[in-house]
Amino acid sequence: MDQPQVGLVFWILSFVMLVSAFMVVSLKNIFHCALFLILCLFSVAGIFILLGAEFLAAAQVLIYIGAVSVLIIFAIMLTSNLASKKITQTNENAVVSFFVCFIFALTTLLLIGNTRVWHYAAQGAVKDNTLNLGRYLMTEFMLPFEVVSVLLLAAMIGAIVLARKDKS
Amino acid sequence: MFYYLALAAILFSIGLFGVLTRRNVIGILMSLELMFNAANINFVTFNKFIVTDGLTGQIFAIFIIVVAAAEATVGLAIVLLIYRNWRGIDMDHVRIMKW
Repeated sequence: MDQPQVGLVFWILSFVMLVSAFMVVSLKNIFHCALFLILCLFSVAGIFILLGAEFLAAAQVLIYIGAVSVLIIFAIMLTSNLASKKITQTNENAVVSFFVCFIFALTTLLLIGNTRVWHYAAQGAVKDNTLNLGRYLMTEFMLPFEVVSVLLLAAMIGAIVLARKDKS
Repeated sequence: MFYYLALAAILFSIGLFGVLTRRNVIGILMSLELMFNAANINFVTFNKFIVTDGLTGQIFAIFIIVVAAAEATVGLAIVLLIYRNWRGIDMDHVRIMKW
């Protein structure tokens, strides 16, 4: 919050994010939930830009909004006989879990607020964010980078195998 | 920094609420994505405010995004399978792992 404009943008983004996240977990129509999820992911990308992670914001828009949300919407459309009906979407322990989550949020906020170590001032933004990120990925984090590509391949093959119709 | 962490904590709690209360499997997966995003916000926040030289937090966030994409792929394939076997994706009916 070094400048007032940054603070204003932060409040707008966080308001949009929290309201849409609440809509995601509370709306009855699952398709509207998916659209609100897209809005929430967009505001998370905005928060990433505020935090000086431009590449991450772009990856968020490309991967989450471009791929994962489309995948979720496809799944909703393929399984739409339950999703489109206006049945109740929450189970019987909604009240209990609301209190559990409320207490969890409260204790976490108290913990964050009471920890003096975490009240750092903002550091200067790292110059050449994307350039440095690529450099790290190709030198220091080479092995995880390759492993994660194998993981993506395995996930793709696994999804194809799982979703394929049985020949028998 | 407090505001970013508080935002991530509240987002995580909302996602947790969704995971605990949703009946629909796709709803659970969407709430799971909210929790992943809360974790990502935390990583990038710590990277900006604590790690001054280096981008380790952002690289971790990238890996989290990739793993979340893989998880969503496999998860939605499993959702399709559940739908085919049970004619519905209500989690209350899917209690049998094997028979």
